[in-house]
Amino acid sequence: MFLFILKRLAQIVPVILGVTLVVFLIMQMVPGDSAVILAGEGASIETVEELRENLGLNKPLYEQYFSYIANVFQGDFGNSLKNNQPVLDEIMIRLPITMELAFFSILITIVLGLIAGIISAIRPYSLSDIGVMVVALLGISLPSFWLGLLLMYVFSIKLQWLPVAGWDSAAHIILPAITLGAGGAAIVARMTRSSMLEVVGQDYVRTARAKGLKEHVIIYKHALRNALIPVITVVGLQFGSLLGGTVLVESVFAINGIGRMIVDAIRTRDIPMVQGGVLIASLVFVFVNLLVDIMYRVFNKRIDLN
Amino acid sequence: MTVNASLVVDTAELLLARRQVRSEKRKAFFSAIGQNKAAVVGGIIILLYISMTFLAPILAPYDPYEINLKDKLQSPSGDHWMGTDDKGRDILSRILYGSRLSLGVGFSSVFFGASIGIILGLVAGYYGKWIDTIISRCLDVMLAFPGILLALAIISALGPSLINVTVAVGVFSIPLFARIVRGSTMEVKQLEYIDAIRTLGANDFIIIFRHIFPNILSPIIVQGTMRLATAILSAAGLSFLGLGAQPPSPEWGAMLSSGRDFIFSAPYMAIFPGLMISVLVLGFNLFGDGLRDALDPRMKK
Repeated sequence: MFLFILKRLAQIVPVILGVTLVVFLIMQMVPGDSAVILAGEGASIETVEELRENLGLNKPLYEQYFSYIANVFQGDFGNSLKNNQPVLDEIMIRLPITMELAFFSILITIVLGLIAGIISAIRPYSLSDIGVMVVALLGISLPSFWLGLLLMYVFSIKLQWLPVAGWDSAAHIILPAITLGAGGAAIVARMTRSSMLEVVGQDYVRTARAKGLKEHVIIYKHALRNALIPVITVVGLQFGSLLGGTVLVESVFAINGIGRMIVDAIRTRDIPMVQGGVLIASLVFVFVNLLVDIMYRVFNKRIDLN
Repeated sequence: MTVNASLVVDTAELLLARRQVRSEKRKAFFSAIGQNKAAVVGGIIILLYISMTFLAPILAPYDPYEINLKDKLQSPSGDHWMGTDDKGRDILSRILYGSRLSLGVGFSSVFFGASIGIILGLVAGYYGKWIDTIISRCLDVMLAFPGILLALAIISALGPSLINVTVAVGVFSIPLFARIVRGSTMEVKQLEYIDAIRTLGANDFIIIFRHIFPNILSPIIVQGTMRLATAILSAAGLSFLGLGAQPPSPEWGAMLSSGRDFIFSAPYMAIFPGLMISVLVLGFNLFGDGLRDALDPRMKK
């Protein structure tokens, strides 16, 4: 197990380097002179040249990349073009908000998805199964930004049960978390259903039935435990689109998280801010995937035996 | 010479058998998809949307760009079935014309991503070894970006526009196609008839594009349909954020975005464009599910 974790850690090193390379290249892809862009509008030629010298922008590209990585690993993500403050400071303020939103959304994805999937799988092709699957299909088809607006319209504007936007109290979390978690819940529900139906057809479940075990014992102890294995992978994969989805949901509900920060930074062409935000979100995703891999391993002892 | 002749005959037989397998599969596929009600519904939805792109000028009751401030923010009525927006433009007409943008971006971005992804996957799967290692590591890096963040990174460099959104969403599709094609290519290249063709002296190019590619089309088609749903959603999302289509373009995501500001007074401004996106994506998902079941009967049970 320890060896496995070490091996996986070694495997993500090239991925992390690749991610930093792509993020570094964003700046190179921007048309025009980086020094001029970084100096901001209306900067004098002297300022531009001074900046070029200071940031080493006249050095070859690979040297710039190495110093970029060195800086990133020391926590220096550059400064915002807007207010010249370190990008990392801004990220540190906003990251907890996004992580909180992501946490509650993934909770909804797992809990709602599993319950719906089990309800479906217990009586396949029954009315309850068809109903759940139709809702799940809608769940993966509705754009989150539209679902968010609809929920806001119904629960905040018409019924006035929940606050419209912002991030001040627990009530503020509910609608954004549902909006962001719904798509994932739909996918988890579909996966749980098909995974359970597959497991139910296998020999050891038939044996459990033959032994005369109660149906709920069979479902929860025998079928569900094994059906969960592929579901874990799906949840892990969902986390990526969930992190991407925060961009949209934070914009709908005016939440000051990393996602909204990136969008605002793109609008104001604050490239270092975009780089920092995308890099942090991607690193979080890489480590969550590692965690999912390890969990998968723990749950699925069969892989160990082989 | 006789040995060579018999090899030719054997290869021809193998190829014929392979072709027969393909045509039988195709027949089975069409009957399976015809019997799958969900897939038929999905297919009809997609066809309706595609015909909308062609019929927009005939069906649209008004000019989608014509500003008419005295008729602004009217609720749906006999004159304006979906109401009018904050500039007095007819929402129905804008939605009809907008179908060209939303479908256009979806199809072109998937085509772009699929073309590059398929070539990368074929090369990686066919040649293996270090070529495969390099390509696969690059794909890993692309897949390490969560959701639409890679697209956002690209747009931040290229600047907001609908064309850049197409490129950005397309780039995000590359690794997904490449992965699937790589796996299928590795399976197919081990089949007997590929060996036979190679012995006869066919070059790699012919083997890859004439003999491997047609045999791995099914997973590509399934992935393509599913990807269209995601691409349309992502592109609309990026326009919603103001990073894609710019006003006064009747792109549905952009329309939804301007509708958000009027959610209190004129919710229909946001409801109809969102509904159009949802039904279209639903169509692709239904059709994609049906395709997968029809092409891969193992998944069905």
